[in-house]
Amino acid sequence: MTAAGLRGTRRERSVPHSGWMVVAGKEFGDHLLSVRFVVLFIVLGLAAAIPLYFAASAIRAVASSVTDAQAVFIALFWLAPNVGAGGVSLPSVAGFLAYVAPLLGLAFAFDAINGERAEGTLPRLLSQPIHRDDVINGKFAAGLAVIGLVLVAVVGAIAAFGLIRLGIVPAAPEFLRLVLWVLVTFVYVSLWLAFGMLLSVVVRRAATSALVGFGAWLLFTFFGGLIVSLIGGAIAPVTGSAEQQLANNGLQETLRRLLPDTLYREASLTLLNPQVTSVSTPATIGGYEQAQQRIPSLLSLDQSFILVWPQVVALVALTVACFALAYVTFMRQEVRA
Amino acid sequence: MSASPRIVSGRPPRGRAIAPHPGPSGDVDASSDTIRIRTRGLTKRYGDLVAVDDLDLDVHAGEIYGLLGQNGAGKTTTILMLLGLTEPTSGAARVVGLDPARGPLEVKRRVGYMPDSVGFYGDLTGRQNVRYTARLNRIDRDEAEETIGSVLDQVGLSDRADDPVETYSRGMLQRLGIADALVKDPDVLILDEPTTAIDPLGVGEVLDLLRRLVDEREMAILLSSHLLNQVQSVCDRIGIFASGRLIGQGTMDELAARFGDGRPQLEVGLELADQPEWERAASLLGAVDGVVAVHPGPRPIDPWLVTVRDRDEVAAIRTAIMRVVAEAGLPLVSIRSVVPSLEDIYRRAIASPMPPRDARGRP
Repeated sequence: MTAAGLRGTRRERSVPHSGWMVVAGKEFGDHLLSVRFVVLFIVLGLAAAIPLYFAASAIRAVASSVTDAQAVFIALFWLAPNVGAGGVSLPSVAGFLAYVAPLLGLAFAFDAINGERAEGTLPRLLSQPIHRDDVINGKFAAGLAVIGLVLVAVVGAIAAFGLIRLGIVPAAPEFLRLVLWVLVTFVYVSLWLAFGMLLSVVVRRAATSALVGFGAWLLFTFFGGLIVSLIGGAIAPVTGSAEQQLANNGLQETLRRLLPDTLYREASLTLLNPQVTSVSTPATIGGYEQAQQRIPSLLSLDQSFILVWPQVVALVALTVACFALAYVTFMRQEVRA
Repeated sequence: MSASPRIVSGRPPRGRAIAPHPGPSGDVDASSDTIRIRTRGLTKRYGDLVAVDDLDLDVHAGEIYGLLGQNGAGKTTTILMLLGLTEPTSGAARVVGLDPARGPLEVKRRVGYMPDSVGFYGDLTGRQNVRYTARLNRIDRDEAEETIGSVLDQVGLSDRADDPVETYSRGMLQRLGIADALVKDPDVLILDEPTTAIDPLGVGEVLDLLRRLVDEREMAILLSSHLLNQVQSVCDRIGIFASGRLIGQGTMDELAARFGDGRPQLEVGLELADQPEWERAASLLGAVDGVVAVHPGPRPIDPWLVTVRDRDEVAAIRTAIMRVVAEAGLPLVSIRSVVPSLEDIYRRAIASPMPPRDARGRP
């Protein structure tokens, strides 16, 4: 073997620039073969399967009395079933997914950049004829693809289960609601993917960035509500009158909407459940009475969507902001750590 | 062609005449067919720290240029600027005639780079890692497989190519790094500390490979190292870096002339039986015309060093010494002219005062 053998034919390299696709292809393959992919699939599957089982039983028990036959199938996703004699209320399928979904996003991004740094592959990667942003774009695209794949697979499995166990075929509007809900969930998980990407750029060590991401997940998803209650109680204390109670509620609601978790839950429930006609609690006593007198009705899909349009836009904006921050920081970093 | 014996030092100047120092105010865009890397006034500052200071560098096709310097002397920063991976504060660089700061893609397409402490994806095999690089360079699939096999063979990794990289030793990673840099069929190869972890026998193979690439392919290789022997044995020209500045560059001979003590020396090996013989030898050698000084070895068995007045007289004096010693009946074991080691040169270069800035033609 001689060096002259290398010379061979001089390659034509006028292929249009698409370095990010090569990066994304490699990352996507890595993700699919990775242990974390299998683990997350199992965790997500379990998170969906447990409430699904009970929700399905509950629906079968009350199928005749559920408000409208049109929305029975999709109730599989939003119905929070009561379990056992004591009537312990489990979260719904959608509720469970709202807890676990951020992990899905974090898992595929927390070590995206700092992992390359740790392995010493970043300088080599950047010395190939690709733009620097191809690296972060490709990794983000691969993450999105994996998330989409997992979500579609899990939701598809749930729907198949519903078809078999309930024997109900979803009507077209239900199916559309489901598709929209999957899209909103996808955006929500992308937000956490972008956040994980940001951590992987800013935090030098993968273990640290995983821990920070995990902490943020706990904070926003579980403790966020508690902290909001504390702040609400401090600023608008409740001493007895109904006005104060309402003021406190209003403040808490506003604060809670700062949490992406709340935005997603509101959008998710409204999109799934046509019975949800309002995402806000009434701000006055009059409004409260009005709401109580309202005849229960079903919203059409477009009305549901209009109701949560602000939430969806906010989620998209947060995702874009997170990714933009990660992108800019990465572009300004020195190649050497 | 590669079978030519390895000349450890004192390599005769290669085919092309190379100017000992670049012109002080040469234009970075001045056309030259053989120049592959050229920098003029290249400077990089990080805050107050000057990592690379006013660097003028030329690397021609068909030569191996060694960057020599301590850690933190600015070697890696220079390399990153040549690849467009970091922007120079001032000054200009041209690599294969292109400005890496403005058109890094084309530069990176034609330059193979192996970073210091090169890393690979541990869960992929060596072949898969190199294949990824080939794909990033948009090399046609079928052609890529052939090239990958060929470069892995060249660095001696064929039999381990399909094992996961996490099972590789450091030396194997460096070999894989060289294969990875070669897969794009580059015109210029930039290697940052390429052989630090490779075992001594392997180093010989790798250096032979580099020499072949340069001789057969007219590649230009820029390598940085702190391993003086290797640099001395393989590099055509050497640049010595200290605190961001190139304090000397040229062939070994040129560096020796500049930083050596100037006087050529002969090494004379004598087997002397006793003290009287020792004294006789000292007086005999000292009496030869043209000999300036005689330094006996530190131990009786060590060769003597004879300092000669002028380089042109070396051959004549060697003959004279051989005759004198033979006539006196002293057993002569060896006699050869001494080439100063790069280590000596390097030490003196580092210790020598920095040339003042204005001496190089710029304010």
